[in-house]
Amino acid sequence: MDLTLSPEYTAFRDHVAKLLEENAHLAPGPEDKGLKHPKRLAWQKFLIGEGLTARTIPKEYGGYGAEPDILKSRIIAEEFARSGVPRPLAGQGISMLVPTLLELGTPEQKEKYIRPTLHGEMIWCQGYSEPGAGSDLASLQTKAVEDGDDYVINGQKIWTSTARQADMIFCLVRTDPAAKKHHGITYILFPMDTPGIEVRPLVDMTGSANFNEVFFTDVRVPKSGVVFEPNKGWQVANATLTHERGMLGDPNATKARFVELVELMKRETVNGERLIDNPLLCDRLMALQAEVYAMQANGLRIMTSRLKRESVGLAGLVVKLQGCELNHQIAGLAIDALGELGVLYGDGEHLRSEGSWQWRYMYDLGLIIGGGTAQIQKNIIAERGLDMPREPKPAVRA
Amino acid sequence: MEFGLSEDQTLLQETVRRFVAEQAPLDLIRKIAEGDAEAKQTIATGMDELGLNGVVIPEELGGAGLGMLDAVLVQECLGYGIVPSGFLANVVASSTLSSVDTGLAQAIAAGEARFGIALNDLVSRRDGAGLSAENGGLSGTSMMALSAEDATHLLVCDGEGNLHVCAPEDHQVLSTIDRTRVFVELKLSKAKSQMSVTDDRGALARACLLLAADSLGASQAMLDKAVEYAKERKQFGRVIGSFQAVKHLCAEMAAKIEPSRALIWHAAHALDMDEDEAQVMAFLAKAHMSEVATFVARTSTEVYGGMGFTDLVGLHYWFKRIGVNRQLLGSPAQLRQMAAVAQGLAAA
Ligand SMILES: Cc1cc2nc3c(=O)[nH]c(=O)nc-3n(C[C@H](O)[C@H](O)[C@H](O)COP(=O)(O)OP(=O)(O)OC[C@H]3O[C@@H](n4cnc5c(N)ncnc54)[C@H](O)[C@@H]3O)c2cc1C
Repeated sequence: MDLTLSPEYTAFRDHVAKLLEENAHLAPGPEDKGLKHPKRLAWQKFLIGEGLTARTIPKEYGGYGAEPDILKSRIIAEEFARSGVPRPLAGQGISMLVPTLLELGTPEQKEKYIRPTLHGEMIWCQGYSEPGAGSDLASLQTKAVEDGDDYVINGQKIWTSTARQADMIFCLVRTDPAAKKHHGITYILFPMDTPGIEVRPLVDMTGSANFNEVFFTDVRVPKSGVVFEPNKGWQVANATLTHERGMLGDPNATKARFVELVELMKRETVNGERLIDNPLLCDRLMALQAEVYAMQANGLRIMTSRLKRESVGLAGLVVKLQGCELNHQIAGLAIDALGELGVLYGDGEHLRSEGSWQWRYMYDLGLIIGGGTAQIQKNIIAERGLDMPREPKPAVRA
Repeated sequence: MEFGLSEDQTLLQETVRRFVAEQAPLDLIRKIAEGDAEAKQTIATGMDELGLNGVVIPEELGGAGLGMLDAVLVQECLGYGIVPSGFLANVVASSTLSSVDTGLAQAIAAGEARFGIALNDLVSRRDGAGLSAENGGLSGTSMMALSAEDATHLLVCDGEGNLHVCAPEDHQVLSTIDRTRVFVELKLSKAKSQMSVTDDRGALARACLLLAADSLGASQAMLDKAVEYAKERKQFGRVIGSFQAVKHLCAEMAAKIEPSRALIWHAAHALDMDEDEAQVMAFLAKAHMSEVATFVARTSTEVYGGMGFTDLVGLHYWFKRIGVNRQLLGSPAQLRQMAAVAQGLAAA
């Protein structure tokens, strides 16, 4: 264990801090809405150009092309969290599809998709869940039938985040109905403007439509969109899911929220006293800080194991469960600390932080459910992490 | 000794339960959330017909002559159906006023007076906020006033903790997560204090207990829905309710809700009997129920999976009802602190 920074790294840290500070004015603000807002794209381009994101992705695919260096990655993530400067783009395309393609994509797929995705010019949605296939994802029924060089797809997806804004979908379809449920699935990429796709927004508890239902009627897509091999989609999906769960529990994103919470509690006063000076609130804040530190340290451990190509084990399996819960708790404390003002939402002069704490409190609950529910995470931790006996097999094949 | 409801109380409970189930289905609540004034009026009319607003007003003043325990039973039913109503404000006002202003109490019982209450400043006061009583009258602002949007009278508190009755003046509707109920910021400028009462936190205790009862009802509804869904929804070829993980979620909710109901009933009875520890119990009941309800709100949503997060099943209306109740009139920590102070266990 050695966590001290050599002069090279302290210099790097100062360099990153300076870059962020000097260029913070270029970053998009909350008012720059829209996934492809020019300010967001320009900011992303700047960050990639400086090696502050997409750092280790090869130059030929639009990344920065640096050698993997976990300390540098950590320094960058920490500087974003510390400074509160808006972080790089991170959608399902960047966080989940790009790593999957790097691992399993064909050269053409890498060539075609990684660069625009990294630069925020190509938005993706994840077409996995179906009305009857949530936790039991492998029971999915959306059918793809071979026809010459194409597949013809029929079926329905649900809970598809950003499907309305997406240019492309990475989708799981059943290509071999006769095979066992995990063996007949194919992972395939296709454009969302292909004829036969209908997207219907689904309003959620936050009051906006963050996700959608997607209907496929005779959607004809080329076979070249298959990632890895036909009927091996379950393996590909699992590779993606690992990245999703890493993204959902990202400790540096959590740290950034924690920093915001501290600022809020320093700013806000009740009965003439700053919230931070209230011992009860401060104690809860410190309890959360301990967890934030723990998850950050856990993240370092994971990075080290990955780099050494060692198994990550339990440290990795707990990230989604713990990270999402921690985010939810941070938002919960912010609401409690704000007292009766904590319930304000939408607009109004007394609203604090644009109502974002309530939004997060709800959305974070969504993320405790999405991407594998907390209960499924616990099953995985017990069965894969602790080697405990598996849940009884279902009575009927779905 | 007998801990339980009387026959009349069970009857009252059943009447209100039926009213809520029949007259306030989720469709109607959704309309209210979208601002449909007629839908809201349907409920107010129905409650007037049942004479609910006069529940704690003595019979000789036209009320039902019942107590806080009865009021709590009604509020629990209203919370179960997330029914927006002026019941809580009217009960708090009438129990404070019955002994000092029989005319006003009579007017509430007759449905002629509808109260809004603004007691938040008894618990916490933000910089620049709060009402003060000076020679000229009541001036200032008060956050998160309940049922004040269409009230004929207001029960408010000043900086000294005294309660006043005054006529409504200006207010600003606040946008909160809970669209079914209207909360406002009161703005008064030299409003005439028609009467002032030194009430030593009795009104606050009653309001807290009723909020606790409301969250109790909402929690019970969420648990019932979760259990029902868990028996229908299938994954892995089984109903999800057959997974121990899901069963335990439901069992934990039930295990927390059941004793909370007993606590709330007991606290109501203590207020009715004017027992020494009545206020302490009321504060603790709200503190505890808020924690339980927060747990139930997220846990029942989890049982529903992605469906719970959508607007489709409307579970979020209960989630938000509970979320707002928690923040009203004192967070759990503030109320626990008040309970400690009231018992002389902590310095004020
Ligand atoms: C905010 C959000 C965003 C999402 N984004 C996407 C997206 O972009 N693309 C996409 O494809 N999907 C997305 N989803 C869907 C998400 O992956 C599913 O909601 C999730 O996998 C759960 O499935 P379900 O909703 O069908 O719940 P169910 O599987 O029906 O689960 C209901 C309950 O049963 C429990 N349960 C089920 N099986 C077991 C078991 N074996 N053991 C113990 N408990 C069990 C669950 O834990 C849960 O409590 C999103 C969901 C949310 C909430």
